Amino acid sequence: MSVPLTYRSPTSDSPLMRLGLTAAGIGFIALFLFLPLVTVFTNALADGFSVALGALKDPDAQSSIALTLIVAAIAVPANAVFGIAAAWSVAKFDFRGKSVLATLIDLPFSVSPVVSGLVYVLIFGMQGWLGPWLRDHDIKIVFALPGIVLATMFVTFPFVARELIPLMADQGRDEEEAAVSLGASGFGTFLRVTLPNIKWGLLYGVLLCNARAMGEFGAVSVVSGHIRGLTNTMPLHVEVLYNDYQYTAAFAVASLLALLALVTLTLKSFLEWRYADEIAATHRH
Amino acid sequence: MSIAESTPAGFAWRRPSALPGFGLTLGFTLFYLSAIVLIPLAALVIRPWSLGVDGFWGVITQPRVLHALELSFFGSAIAAAINTVFGLIVAWMLVRYEFPGKRLIDAFVDLPFALPTAVAGIALSALYAPNGWLGAPLAALGIKVAYTPLGVVMALIFIGLPFVVRTLQPVIADAGREAEEAGATLGATRLQILRRIVIPALAPALITGTALAFARAVGEYGSVIFIAGNLPMKSEIAPLLIIIKLEQFDYAGAASIGVVMLALSFVMLLTLNAVQSWAAARR
Repeated sequence: MSVPLTYRSPTSDSPLMRLGLTAAGIGFIALFLFLPLVTVFTNALADGFSVALGALKDPDAQSSIALTLIVAAIAVPANAVFGIAAAWSVAKFDFRGKSVLATLIDLPFSVSPVVSGLVYVLIFGMQGWLGPWLRDHDIKIVFALPGIVLATMFVTFPFVARELIPLMADQGRDEEEAAVSLGASGFGTFLRVTLPNIKWGLLYGVLLCNARAMGEFGAVSVVSGHIRGLTNTMPLHVEVLYNDYQYTAAFAVASLLALLALVTLTLKSFLEWRYADEIAATHRH
Repeated sequence: MSIAESTPAGFAWRRPSALPGFGLTLGFTLFYLSAIVLIPLAALVIRPWSLGVDGFWGVITQPRVLHALELSFFGSAIAAAINTVFGLIVAWMLVRYEFPGKRLIDAFVDLPFALPTAVAGIALSALYAPNGWLGAPLAALGIKVAYTPLGVVMALIFIGLPFVVRTLQPVIADAGREAEEAGATLGATRLQILRRIVIPALAPALITGTALAFARAVGEYGSVIFIAGNLPMKSEIAPLLIIIKLEQFDYAGAASIGVVMLALSFVMLLTLNAVQSWAAARR
């Protein structure tokens, strides 16, 4: 072996290993992540741009886009308010059972999406606990908007809370205590002291919550009933079109969702890079 | 900081605080948590027993149900194992090496978190179909991916990768190089250092990441059903059987499978907690 021209630290890998691992890593990502993403767009544009645009202008597609936006507009703010309340109580106070509460908040992440939808069918479905009563009073929850919103709330439940709890615990309570002791009201303290401190973390949580809310499939699929133009969200519309062999149209709607994912990833990376100190420590890498 | 130390004995269950809003925020948190998560999950856990224990057991041991549970379990295990290997390589490469486009690739690893599962599902299905970009060359080799259990594993690899990478990255970044340097000064080769110093130090994070990927894969539905083909006794996953039972208005049957999957998630959660306390004790 010849004498190396440049010094190599004993804790760095050999050039050969570096090259091999980088090639394996990038190859794996290209094959398993990048190629599927490219497939979405090439299939959507297979018959030209105008055909893809036409699929998005279809009344059923339009109503699925509208429904997705409505569901996210209800579920995301609800979970954001919950996340703030949960983080305030868990991070700013000490009480018994705190860690149990934190674990329970994370619970929906370990439940299968299909089970997340199933639980509401068991309560509100025709043969569910409240099914007969709801039918007598002509209230529709399952196979209608309320069920879709509830299932979406369930699967996106922890996003904002799990972002804010470690962040607010890290920041301590000195600033809030100072504000309160100087006579600020509780809500005033939150608005002027806490909120400026957590705004980027809150935005980060809301961003992830929104991406999941708009893209959720399994849970929504169970409670929606797949009524075209009525209870189909965008992901469900993709499924209906695909199973109808309308591949181009399915991929056109799917490409809209893929664009949403790319925008989410871009914003997320920007927040991690620009405001690294102001979002939860777990995301700094 | 235990509460018992700071407060006199009695019913004090929380440490006094100057900050307002505890009752309001905790009350709202508990109400919302119960309404959205706890009561619905309770409804799930109670439902199967309307069949009695025998009825529940009867549902779970139907050959079709058993097969679906097996496929979900073993398919997830295989996918998680593959993700452990490649997740480690990707995380190591992203933390330790410098190369152009690293930041972009780092951000891109989260794609499976951000991409709706139905979109991933139809994309993978098109990719691995017999006339797809990857399906065609694989078919020429005699390997069928789409509409087989192998397709299920491919989809589960897709959704599981970021769990392993994101769990490992901060641990690799935080692990100091002192131990590696010590090994090197004592004459160990780079390979020995990696095998006997680096990998053992990363073991808890590796196990955690693998378990997270596995847990996600067991319950996964959207990205799998398009590529799986859903042939009974062959490529049918457990979450799909829940939906089939629901469509037949067999609520108790659906709930039975749901309870088994929920129990599996709980076992995973407990395992994760055990691994984390083991790792903490080791430090």
